[in-house]
Amino acid sequence: MSEPLLSIRGLRAKVGGEDGEILRGVDLDLERGEVHALMGPNGSGKSTLAKVIAGHPAYEVTAGEILFEGEDVLELEPDERSRAGIFLAFQYPAEIPGVSIANFLRTAVNARLDEGEEMDVFGFQRTLTEKMEMLKMDPGFAARYVNDGFSGGEKKRNEILQMAVLRPALGVLDETDSGLDIDALKIVARGVNRLSEADEALGVLLITHYKRILNYIEPDTVHVMVAGRIAESGGASLADKLEAEGYDWLQQAAATV
Amino acid sequence: MPQNETITGLGLDEYKYGFVTEDKPVFKAVPGLSSDIVRQISRHKEEPEWMLDFRLKALEVYYSKPMPKWGGDLSKLEDTLDEIYFYLKPQDQMERSWDDVPREIKDTFEKLGIPEAERKALAGVGAQYESEMVYHSLKEQWEEQGVIFESIEDGLAKHPQLFRQYFSTVVPTHDNKFAALNSAVWSGGSFVHIPKGVKVEIPLQAYFRVNAERMGQFERTLIICEEGAEAHYIEGCTAPVYSTDSFHSGVIEIVVKKGARFRYTTIQNWSNNMYNLVTQRALVHEEAKMEWLDGNLGSKLTMKYPSCFLVGERAHGEILSIAYAGDGQHQDTGGKVIHAAPNTTSQITSKSISKGLGRSSYRGLCKVYDGAVGAKSNVECDALLLDERSRTDTYPYIEIDENTASIGHEATVSKVGDEQLFYLMSRGLDEAEAMAMIVRGFIEPVAKELPLEYAIELNRLIELEMEGSVG
Repeated sequence: MSEPLLSIRGLRAKVGGEDGEILRGVDLDLERGEVHALMGPNGSGKSTLAKVIAGHPAYEVTAGEILFEGEDVLELEPDERSRAGIFLAFQYPAEIPGVSIANFLRTAVNARLDEGEEMDVFGFQRTLTEKMEMLKMDPGFAARYVNDGFSGGEKKRNEILQMAVLRPALGVLDETDSGLDIDALKIVARGVNRLSEADEALGVLLITHYKRILNYIEPDTVHVMVAGRIAESGGASLADKLEAEGYDWLQQAAATV
Repeated sequence: MPQNETITGLGLDEYKYGFVTEDKPVFKAVPGLSSDIVRQISRHKEEPEWMLDFRLKALEVYYSKPMPKWGGDLSKLEDTLDEIYFYLKPQDQMERSWDDVPREIKDTFEKLGIPEAERKALAGVGAQYESEMVYHSLKEQWEEQGVIFESIEDGLAKHPQLFRQYFSTVVPTHDNKFAALNSAVWSGGSFVHIPKGVKVEIPLQAYFRVNAERMGQFERTLIICEEGAEAHYIEGCTAPVYSTDSFHSGVIEIVVKKGARFRYTTIQNWSNNMYNLVTQRALVHEEAKMEWLDGNLGSKLTMKYPSCFLVGERAHGEILSIAYAGDGQHQDTGGKVIHAAPNTTSQITSKSISKGLGRSSYRGLCKVYDGAVGAKSNVECDALLLDERSRTDTYPYIEIDENTASIGHEATVSKVGDEQLFYLMSRGLDEAEAMAMIVRGFIEPVAKELPLEYAIELNRLIELEMEGSVG
């Protein structure tokens, strides 16, 4: 248990088939039980990092490594990474018409079990109902088709619901706060906090553009990404500085490198 | 009357040879078609003179009509037609043994978990005694309600007047080349009559009746649903129908009288050498409701467009269809609605899935006659492509002669998106599971209308197709 939950070393990545790296040497360590916020201006590579951690096939890793619980995950398919304990809450979750949330999540839970094993249907239903209550979701929500016709807030809540049911070791939350009004933001933040309380080893990488969500989820560390690199890391106070001064000072520093 | 117009509707249905096992073969079958063959069929069935005349005239019509140039590729069909047996003596069926059934068909039965005895019946070898018993017990219940549910041959023999009153009134012989062919050589199929006001709770399943009698190649089904009656007829089954034949051409005629409701469900899964060309049509009277639920898998080429002729005021027609075109398959399917009376309404929902070199086409007709005031029709067709090579086309024909009509048409083509796949995989589903889930979701609007066991089998079958493991 000595190695970090997530350890990223010298990670470089680009969109497959294109020139120009988006990630240009990312280093980041996240220990079990820690919450890290990853901030940065638009286009700095935050969302790319999230997708590369989850194994999005559109991106090509050109250098570096991602160690999860000490194991290199770069050769793993997205589903293998998921079953290993990595969860990505999407900024723009895909719509899957005709597939109910309950059915989808049951399939995802069963995918984590050994071949031939299946989760007890009633047990699953209980878990699902409980997590939905925690996120203040209407019980009818489980019967709706995954993200089909959902509002922005519903989509984000649905992502956290999935995280709650799948119980990963690492949750990467990609701009989960964007597009949420203050009430929805509080509900989502409380949901994440409850998951952290329930599982003390849960690691969270919280990607955000704004400090707002950090008023509700307190980070242990704040990183700032600029031009594909972590330009600055610090305590929670770093977020205050960013809010007061913006990203310009870091961008200028990055430009001079 | 619109039903006398030539509306070319072809599709293929399940083939039932319509014999009973104790029949002794009375002539030697020869390949190809001739008036002698037609006479032999009629004589063998001990038909009345008028039916023989009908068949012979139909044969003339068949010869006089050119092969359709639209739809799928029928250029090789003429050769096939020279080789097939238009009427098989019962003995030919009996001689087929389980050992002759191809390995992949047996494997598919295995995967679907179909009991041994039933597999043999589906493969056309050996009778299925259990389903025979089920059929007879259900038949008693239906008979108590006055429902007639017989083979088409028994319908003609036992209810000659009723039969003659409606036979070929919905799909006339000259409607299209294959309707004419069917009219000349039809054999097997069902005859159903639901008396006025009778509501049949248990679906009438051709499956039981057919297994008791074996399957035919030029199926002919005639259904009359009297005023205020309600019934659901289910044809076929989702297990692959193994047949050495390569051509099937059925005709389904349904009359839905005033205020009646009728639903006809077909799920067919043909072997990949099959030309599947069926004409299925319903005549829908005042305030009556007709629903076609149509699933097409397998075959080399399917051309099938269930139709509703809405001839009475406020009649309603619905066509819900799903097609799966795997490698080398062409599913040319859709539906037709003809509005010939005021305030008639219709809905066509068509879903197709294409994989590999498979091709699916939606072909639909919405026709509103002058005077069909306030007619409303809505067409929705959605195509899903599973990869880069598969293909889909949409051919919607809309003919409106009535300016108060309201017509909606919506077509979507989607490819299973990388983002959808990544999303599902990021939750732990492997790629095949993720793909299957997207497809299941796509057909859900149709599957949820099916009886549960059919919906489950349909899903399972499509998954097998996607693995490329169905023969």
